[in-house]
Amino acid sequence: MNGWRRRGGLLVAHLSEREAGLLRGMVGQVREMLEARVAALPRDELAELTGITAGPTTPPADRVLARLLPDFHREDATLSGGLRALHEPELLAVKDGVAAVVLETCPARGGRIRLTDEQAQAWLSALNDVRLALGTVLEVTEDMPDELPADDPRAPHLVVYHWLTWVQESLIQALAGT
Amino acid sequence: MTTPVELEQTQVDPAVNEVESQDRPWLSIVWNDPVNLMSYVTYVFQKLFGYSRDEATKLMLDVHHKGRAVVTQGSRDKVEIDVAKLHGAGLWATMQRDV
Repeated sequence: MNGWRRRGGLLVAHLSEREAGLLRGMVGQVREMLEARVAALPRDELAELTGITAGPTTPPADRVLARLLPDFHREDATLSGGLRALHEPELLAVKDGVAAVVLETCPARGGRIRLTDEQAQAWLSALNDVRLALGTVLEVTEDMPDELPADDPRAPHLVVYHWLTWVQESLIQALAGT
Repeated sequence: MTTPVELEQTQVDPAVNEVESQDRPWLSIVWNDPVNLMSYVTYVFQKLFGYSRDEATKLMLDVHHKGRAVVTQGSRDKVEIDVAKLHGAGLWATMQRDV
């Protein structure tokens, strides 16, 4: 991939088969984690009758999901719980939606990708969710080196993380016209 | 059997409510984190809240250098939705009452 460019009103890039497979795999993984959170919700007869779904009141135990779905208030757990129940179903739907856009517009075998501005914004959010997930597991810091020592088990994954960062940064520049 | 709840009894005087919310508004706060890109945070502030690029950049730099920045303020309902939007974009945001 050589970065994103604006061509005839669309955001265009070329991904190799390997890059496309990597990206689709990671977006799919995050999507599955979010789906598991949805599936863990207790069946609610009231919700089925009214169509209003309440989310859970407690944050996810898993650190990746907890980063993707943060608390609303730092100290007030009751307020946070209430707001989580209210907003989490929609947040999960938004995150699922942006992941779906990537999977629909990124061919499994790679090749040219053309996105409208709206699709590109979905890509930005989905790329960010994947970077948050990977960054949480890798425990990245602001002064993370470009490379880790070869004997560090995180080394190959950090290369992927930096690649995702570059894909996202390039898309922001193309989208914002800078 | 039941009767409808008498809504009028529970209504808050709008004028009083407004004064209170102006005195101590709720704030949405974005916290620094090591993953989100500076360019992305700036872009999100512009897209979600209509800030100019200069204003959004200044807020982003506050987050980066001071560890946090107040991004929006207002009624609890408004700020709650702002925080949900920020979470949707993957930013680390919380809300709190102004002190």
